Amino acid sequence: MAKKSIKIRAKMKGDEITVKALMTHPMESGARKNSKTGELIPAHYIQEVKCEVAGKSVMTAYWNGGVSKNPYLSFKFKGASKGDMLTLTWVDNKGASESAQSKIG
Amino acid sequence: MSTDMKRRIFLKGSMAASALGVAVGAGLLAPKSVLAAWNKEAFTAKDTPTAMNSLFGADQAEESGDIKIKAPDIAENGAVVPITVSTGMAGVESIAIIASNNPVPLVANFGMGEGSSGFVSTRIKMGKSGDVVAVVKAGGKLYTAKKGVKVTIGGCGG
Repeated sequence: MAKKSIKIRAKMKGDEITVKALMTHPMESGARKNSKTGELIPAHYIQEVKCEVAGKSVMTAYWNGGVSKNPYLSFKFKGASKGDMLTLTWVDNKGASESAQSKIG
Repeated sequence: MSTDMKRRIFLKGSMAASALGVAVGAGLLAPKSVLAAWNKEAFTAKDTPTAMNSLFGADQAEESGDIKIKAPDIAENGAVVPITVSTGMAGVESIAIIASNNPVPLVANFGMGEGSSGFVSTRIKMGKSGDVVAVVKAGGKLYTAKKGVKVTIGGCGG
């Protein structure tokens, strides 16, 4: 995958960091049918999203095909400082994986 | 004679052990750390109690007014329903989002690390109108709240 598929931003306000991320993924639940052939479209969705700061996990999300296409994710945490690197990694049910980094600002 | 007895006892013991292994493998005994890996049984369960049981080892949670679910009252597009769950509780371990009328109700489970605030926001799919349920695990206990969302597909009323 050549194109950047994750957009991520981490902003600090007071001592709380708000993370917002947008991923590009079909998030196919496996229950949808191809309208032409009537065949089921195989499931293809992100199973796991991990967020780490300096090797410490701050949030791990587990999903299935019930999350919308091109998923959006936001969460808040404390205990990191400005300039720290935040890493987000996702793994889908086909074993594909991608990650992105963002500096907390 | 006595060696034979021992052999029997040994066989009995190993059989019990393997039965336990099977039980764990089949998800009958929920492992303690629910967030150690993607829980296939929970995420493919067709009803909420099954999903809750395999995720938390319990299908009941205490209702709490300290959990806020922000979701539209009427969602025009069931494919994209923005959901925000926030709570003022301390020591939030995980937040699960369940769309009770979906074919597979459990949609997401967020494992919160140390120092996390009780806040997650995402977008989910909803097959039809129903309750969006949030289950928050804090301090080893389960709390829940729900909000009804009406889904109008194609915008012709629901």
